[in-house]
Amino acid sequence: MTSLVGIEINFYVLLTLKILAITGVVLTGILPIIFGELKISAHMQSRVGPYFAGGRWGWAQPLADGIKFFQKEDLVPAAADRQVYKLAPYLLMVSTLAVFVIIPFSPNLIAADLDLGIFFALAISSLSTLGVLMAGWSSGNKYSLIGGLRAAAQIIAYELPLVLAVIGVVIQAGTLSMVGIVEAQIDMGVPYLVGGQVIGFGIFFTASLAELNRTPFDLPIAESELVMGYLTEYSGFRFTTFFLAEYAGVFSISAIAATLFLGGYGFWGLDSTVFGPFVLVAKVGLLAFLMIWIRWTWPRMREDQLQTMAWKWLVPLALANIMVTAIFKVVF
Amino acid sequence: MSQALDPRAAAHVSEVAVSVELQTPGMTLNIGPQHPSTHGVLRLVAELDGERIVNVEPVIGYMHRGYEKLSEVRTYPQITALVNRIDWVSGFANEIPLMVAVERLMEIEVPERAQSIRLILTELARISSHLVFMSSYPLELGAATPLMHALREREHVLELIEGATGGRFHPNFNRIGGVKPAAGGGSTQKKVVQDLPKNFLAETRAAMDNVLEVCDDIDTLVTGNEIFQARTMGVAVLPADQALAYGVSGPNLRASGVAFDLRKHEDYLPYHKYDFDVVTGDNGDCFDRYRVRVEEVRQAARIVNQAIDDLPGGPLQAKVPRVIKVPKGETYVRAENPKGEMGYYLVSDGGRIPYRLKIRSASFSNLSILPWALKGLIVPDIIALLGSLDFVLGDVDR
Repeated sequence: MTSLVGIEINFYVLLTLKILAITGVVLTGILPIIFGELKISAHMQSRVGPYFAGGRWGWAQPLADGIKFFQKEDLVPAAADRQVYKLAPYLLMVSTLAVFVIIPFSPNLIAADLDLGIFFALAISSLSTLGVLMAGWSSGNKYSLIGGLRAAAQIIAYELPLVLAVIGVVIQAGTLSMVGIVEAQIDMGVPYLVGGQVIGFGIFFTASLAELNRTPFDLPIAESELVMGYLTEYSGFRFTTFFLAEYAGVFSISAIAATLFLGGYGFWGLDSTVFGPFVLVAKVGLLAFLMIWIRWTWPRMREDQLQTMAWKWLVPLALANIMVTAIFKVVF
Repeated sequence: MSQALDPRAAAHVSEVAVSVELQTPGMTLNIGPQHPSTHGVLRLVAELDGERIVNVEPVIGYMHRGYEKLSEVRTYPQITALVNRIDWVSGFANEIPLMVAVERLMEIEVPERAQSIRLILTELARISSHLVFMSSYPLELGAATPLMHALREREHVLELIEGATGGRFHPNFNRIGGVKPAAGGGSTQKKVVQDLPKNFLAETRAAMDNVLEVCDDIDTLVTGNEIFQARTMGVAVLPADQALAYGVSGPNLRASGVAFDLRKHEDYLPYHKYDFDVVTGDNGDCFDRYRVRVEEVRQAARIVNQAIDDLPGGPLQAKVPRVIKVPKGETYVRAENPKGEMGYYLVSDGGRIPYRLKIRSASFSNLSILPWALKGLIVPDIIALLGSLDFVLGDVDR
């Protein structure tokens, strides 16, 4: 039982199970977000939205869309750099999926409670830049190129405030582990959003919108200017991968924000081990709704305004936030 | 060239190679003719330095339909069907100056009621055109939601136009000497002339209330939005003198602070009977062009409400000969269309068809300022400017 072979088999079985579980959670998690986006945007625009697929409320619309995309031809432009072009969506998808490894759904329900959990998440999610840049560069299309470069510039600019906003939380919690951060908030009694990190949350949320290329920071795929930015040439399965990665990104960033600022799986009077996943999913839903709300309300910013906002406002504000947090940590 | 270079020349060559590598040559970006925000088939060949525009050349003509030439082989009543396809967003308004031109040459006195109906429908066309602008402009800047709200009300306005004329986009409603007996039954008998549809006036009044309401909605949703203001305020300023020099007209000119409104200066329709303000902007930037149009919708609704209140009775048609022959002569009639000054220069040689019909369309002149205005802007501002000029390619190419 304790033989090396036994542990090894166990390890790989566990690994497979974890991979399957994460993929399953991601897929089941993002379909409601996609559906929510379809329906909520429809109601905000005084439309009905999907109505027929699935029989009731059009609940099967995301599935139907997915199946439709799978049937489409997978086009590779003649001018494209084939290998890079084909690899780009999967790199993006992997970087988004890997974040789910450290998201705690309950004290025990976590794929890997790394000591450097949040650090891992921020590092691995930065890989998405590479995917976007590869897509933009390899498409052999000027719109794609501009879109890809915009995405790179934007993600570099907003990575900084994102990380700096997290540092405030890390200082307050005294740990980088995701479970540790949640437990610190449960010990404190209130989530960090109320307990001192409200500015940090604002910065984190703004920066994460930029990371996800969502309105008002959707410049890389600005439809009215760049047709579809780095996505212009993609079709079929690869486009679906981009599409799913975008919503998986919404899910993962919302989950990280919920864990860092909204108390993660903890809720007053509810047993975390039992209700933890539901509490977290509810909080993710709330943040995802906020993102959808913003997307269908606001126009898009301009590149220079975006950079100005990142470097002149968010970064100094985040630094000030760290300073204040650190002073409070030391003094009290 | 396999000769060995002497060392000094080799050093020189490598220096040249380095400097060539370090150059950042400009990129030529072809925008359109198929592009989401060129309002049809405008093509812009932009030379970019990074995202900054060095030079831009608009290429037009993808939608040239030859209306001026077609008009020379059609009788006057047939031309009406052509001209309301020039600026299809405000089809009705295009018919007016042509009709007035013909009527002036033929010295026909149009009955008051017909004139008022023309005026109401022109203003409805203006409202629907500006509502298209109010929906598409935020969309071009990335906000998708105002589109639906503005288009919903535009739909009601189009329904009104359809109720009165039978067509949503291409009413073909004006007749020389008046307007057509409205759509619907009853007009087959000679004596019974079907007037405006039942409830038209009440429905129009209700629609105007809705339009004013959606203007307020758009104001709260778009006009006050920080990002929208940041994207449009101070962007692509057209100074009044430049705008005048390029022949820019309509809301685009008024946004630059020139209070030039043909509804006040010409008498092609009885606008003098009604109170309304000429809306002008202060800065001539994209935001002003947007704001002027929103305000103009309110003013148009005001005019329509007044016109409904004192709609005169009487016939819809003046007495005209059965075969329309326009006496020899020439005239130029211009009108304040939603897009700007729309004029027809009509030359008649006394026959049933015009000798020459020159169409002066607003969008064409408004668009001519593009190369001047776009220089030095960045790519997202192309869209901000293009959208704010509110042109229709059918109006540019004719």
